[in-house]
Amino acid sequence: MASGDGGLLSASHIVEYPYRRSTGPVMGRFFAALRDRRFEGVKTARGRVLVPPTEYDPQTGEAADEMVPVGPGGVVTTWAWVSHPRAKHPLNHPFAWALIQLDGADTAMLHAVDTGVESAMQTGMRVTPRWRAQTVGSINDVACFEPEGTS
Amino acid sequence: MRDVAIVSTAQMTNVRREQRRNEVEMLMPVVQEAVKRSGIPKGDIGFTCSGSCDYLAGQPFAFVSALDAIGAWPPISESHVEMDGAWALYEAWVKIQTGQADSALVYSFGKSSMGDVPDVLNLQLDPYYLSPLGIDSISLAALQARAFLEKTQYTERDLAKVAVRSRKSAKDNPNAQLAGDFDLEKLLAEPYLVSPLRVHDCAPISDGAVAVVLAADDTARNACERPAWITGIDHRIEPHQPGVRDLSESPSTALAGAKAGVASGGIEVAELYAPFTHQELILRDALGLDASTSINPSGGALAANAIMVAGLTRIAEVANRIQWGSIGRGLAHATSGPCLQQNLVCVLEAK
Repeated sequence: MASGDGGLLSASHIVEYPYRRSTGPVMGRFFAALRDRRFEGVKTARGRVLVPPTEYDPQTGEAADEMVPVGPGGVVTTWAWVSHPRAKHPLNHPFAWALIQLDGADTAMLHAVDTGVESAMQTGMRVTPRWRAQTVGSINDVACFEPEGTS
Repeated sequence: MRDVAIVSTAQMTNVRREQRRNEVEMLMPVVQEAVKRSGIPKGDIGFTCSGSCDYLAGQPFAFVSALDAIGAWPPISESHVEMDGAWALYEAWVKIQTGQADSALVYSFGKSSMGDVPDVLNLQLDPYYLSPLGIDSISLAALQARAFLEKTQYTERDLAKVAVRSRKSAKDNPNAQLAGDFDLEKLLAEPYLVSPLRVHDCAPISDGAVAVVLAADDTARNACERPAWITGIDHRIEPHQPGVRDLSESPSTALAGAKAGVASGGIEVAELYAPFTHQELILRDALGLDASTSINPSGGALAANAIMVAGLTRIAEVANRIQWGSIGRGLAHATSGPCLQQNLVCVLEAK
């Protein structure tokens, strides 16, 4: 306990939910592929490829379990420019959030795009992932995406 | 189906930060006022249902302590949704339809100032693909706003007009937090918060509470001269992943509106829960509303946006106008989840 302004007692309160979750057969495959620096999507009975993959087709509810390789490049379908990143954001300098449709996918995944300046962002632009040095099977194994041909 | 009506409402005046009172103290006068106005003895109310978000207080089962504002002895039949109070009202409406109750008290409270709302709302996202990225609610809305602006004829000027109109309307709403006359050109000259959204495109952060009393058939007719009858209520949900949907439109709102019978008569007033300016335009189009409908005469969520309160408040605002005799038919809308993921439409009528 610390005494704040006006003699009020204050204490930090950290909310934690220390659960472990099983990711299941479809998300588990997606995260295992990320660990190997690859992307996989799931093909539905209607032939659509969902990335990020789910165990069901959100339009029909039918089960989906056929994994197919996608990416690594993709196209920005919409984006938002963050000039003042928040503490929990993945980059600590100005960047874009974007929905990215990976090559071979019919849906888009959320991630960050690092272009340095807003004027370099455009819907329809091609981007490619920047992988972390250490991958653990998490969506954050991709540090961010960057314009194709940057590195 | 039983005829169910809203017979009374009460609201707390929304503020940016309620310094002195805890949630129970915020709720107590609101609940007492709604029950008193209904004329139904408190002990006769058959069901109580509330909506709130435990993440605001950062305590599991935080909603249970709110029952101190109601009084739960002798035991009452009670339920809670971790959602906006509009969905608590839906549960109460279903309960009355089953015949288990003839009346219900519905309330919600949100002391949003206790946390960082854009970050708190990250916790409603899936824990695998979205939440670990650290995205906040304003950034998600901005992704939707750009998709909307690029796929339609609307412009950033149209968004700013929504903000100007809402905050002007709010001058007539004693419970609004953010009201006044704003200059369109000055707003458009402001920098982006998260491009393409500016500060004026976003709802304020508010502490607030609202309560509503529902009653069926003759209980409603005896309670109030001009009950606001719920002639249609429906809610629909879209996939959670924003990249699976076309963010520039709201098919779940359109479907809920059709099921609630929006098109079977004129809509004099529509209270739409749009915490971001572009969302009002998406909702208007999804519900087929034209210039003959007055949109958000209360100022809407852009004038006050207490988390889990603003949706039920929309229903209360329409019900009030029917009870005052100023309109005969209106609709209220509530939303939940990122980028208008889930939507509820409620049609209210005088009879």
